[in-house]
Amino acid sequence: MSVAKTKAPEKKPAERVPHKGILEVRELTTYFKLGVGDVKAVQGVSFDLEPGESLGLAGESGCGKTTAALSILKLLPENGRIVSGDVLFEGRNLAKRTEYGMSRIRWKEISIIFQGAMNALNPVKETGKQIAEPIQLHEGLSEGKAMVRVKELYDLVGISQKRVMDFPHQLSGGMRQRAMIAMALACNPKLVIGDEPTTALDVMVQAQILELIERLRRELDLSFILISHDLSVMAETCDKGVIMYAGEVVESGTTADIFNKATHPYTRQLIKAFPNIHEKREMVSSIKGDPPNLVNPPAGCGFCPRCDVRIAICETEHPEMIEVEAGHFVRCVHAEKGV
Amino acid sequence: MATVEGTPAKTDLYEKGKVHPDDLSSATVKDDVLFDIRDLEVYFPIQQGFFKSMVATEKKYVKAVDHVSFQVRQGEILALVGESGCGKTTTGRALLRLEDPTGGHILYKGLPVEKFATKTLRAYRKKAQIIFQDPYNSINPKQTIFDIVAEPLEVNNICSSEREKEERVVKAINEAGLRPATEYLYRYPHELSGGQRQRVCIAGATVLEPDVIVADEPVASLDVSIRNDILKLMVEEKEKLGVTYIFITHDLSLAWVISDRIAVMYLGRIVEIGETEEVVANPQHPYTKALISVIPVPDPLAKREHVILKGETPNPVDIPSGCRFHPRCPEAIEACKEIDPPDVHITGDHYAACIRIEK
Repeated sequence: MSVAKTKAPEKKPAERVPHKGILEVRELTTYFKLGVGDVKAVQGVSFDLEPGESLGLAGESGCGKTTAALSILKLLPENGRIVSGDVLFEGRNLAKRTEYGMSRIRWKEISIIFQGAMNALNPVKETGKQIAEPIQLHEGLSEGKAMVRVKELYDLVGISQKRVMDFPHQLSGGMRQRAMIAMALACNPKLVIGDEPTTALDVMVQAQILELIERLRRELDLSFILISHDLSVMAETCDKGVIMYAGEVVESGTTADIFNKATHPYTRQLIKAFPNIHEKREMVSSIKGDPPNLVNPPAGCGFCPRCDVRIAICETEHPEMIEVEAGHFVRCVHAEKGV
Repeated sequence: MATVEGTPAKTDLYEKGKVHPDDLSSATVKDDVLFDIRDLEVYFPIQQGFFKSMVATEKKYVKAVDHVSFQVRQGEILALVGESGCGKTTTGRALLRLEDPTGGHILYKGLPVEKFATKTLRAYRKKAQIIFQDPYNSINPKQTIFDIVAEPLEVNNICSSEREKEERVVKAINEAGLRPATEYLYRYPHELSGGQRQRVCIAGATVLEPDVIVADEPVASLDVSIRNDILKLMVEEKEKLGVTYIFITHDLSLAWVISDRIAVMYLGRIVEIGETEEVVANPQHPYTKALISVIPVPDPLAKREHVILKGETPNPVDIPSGCRFHPRCPEAIEACKEIDPPDVHITGDHYAACIRIEK
């Protein structure tokens, strides 16, 4: 957080644009510069989120889900840039904001829970003091006063107040993740992004953390974006889902639409890759082949070489997003417009 | 250990009462039981400071595996399931004598593994192999795929000629699903994806044609689709080559997909063991019930009751009295604090250690 270091420019009233919900991402495109050319990590991704809603962004590794989320907060690494598209957060276009403008938004209004809590926390600073940092910066409180708030947060996420002065290595994996959640909630944000918040955890701890997020979401009326490679976790926790493949959204809708009326061949195959312990036992299937190289994405449908229902047109023509039912979009030539 | 031919190896003199390599080569499987583990105990002593060690009345131990008994049958996939710190990895490592047990017996084809002499152990390791979790760190980045897979053959002096070695390496790589093998032989690990690297690890384990492979979280660091390919490969090798797998995983749903039997571990003890479908459909131990209830399923309309346990697994240094699960157990009664529950027979091969089960 570089609030203290950046000088405040002259104040301009923030421009607000008409928008849907709390967050609307429109045709977001993000590239990474590499020696061989631009990696087109995110290409024309759109989704929106109502206040209090939870949205899951899912796909295999390398599909661009994390990049899309980091683009929202403009936390991209140095070689990454937003090429085009808008990120409208309550009508303010974050994609066009300056670094200073973003520093007022980050943590105060949108916060993020990072994946590896051990790597995301500073190992040589007391966990409680790290959580106090954003409170001190955004609310201008002294460390002592901020620590009072930290203790409340510890209660909220279910860690004993005695542990505020513990270093990260003294906490267990689950507790560290709870501390990360406490940090994300430090400044009462409206939107929290969870980047694989439970991936490295045991099933029971995962269930505890997901239950905690669910409870906090209801109590604090948070909007939540869950980034996960695990479709089952998304099915259990989210209202809406977005399935990404090779930098694009291939299917989006309510989780019920996605799981019970999956239309895109990729979504269908991906769901089959997860075991459902309540159904008949069968071998989980895998998707043959590899995702395309995103430096030179294919002209046609990105999933075409791995698709089991491909036709000639798939190789040459890029499919459009089709609304098969109200609110249920699919990017496939086989999908039939229903609305 | 280099020995002059004709003179007895030095170690032989010191290893009286140990199992001789010849016994191992003549041992056979009886009643399909490849491993018979009885009362296995693996404790790790805790290093204490000088002052504490003077004052403390007793030495403290991390009780990683605390009196575990089970059998591994030939040609099956046995899944050891549990949360981190439950002792599943230590159990697997003890079977290969990568950890020395502090008590109990591990009988491999009727021979006690803990009493294997150095040479016997070397011969034993040809028969029992391990696959590690992380294919990024478990293979040497400076070796070619050929060298990685050929190394076990060289170390064990198995092949009489270069040609035989090459044939076996190519066969193992092919069986591990890297086809055609010749295309991969002279590549380096960094040129391969995570799934392909794990296949190399599997080829390295199967090249010796072992009886048993301990697979320690072989798919935990892989993407879903690749994960399923590796699971399929394990089932294939079990069926084709008759390899017995001990599949160590924290994910009960994966164990359910491929294993023949499941053993659920909690804090150094097996709490429930039985045929996979029976255990999942009809769990008896409250811990197994809770674990199964929290497995996420890819179906948002399925509304299920989650039994979420409070707190975390206790420290394996101070194991709770009586039933070790009682502080977190939703069904615990007063007696659970006193009685260390024995295994209760449910049906067939299904056992669970809980005093509340009605026979």
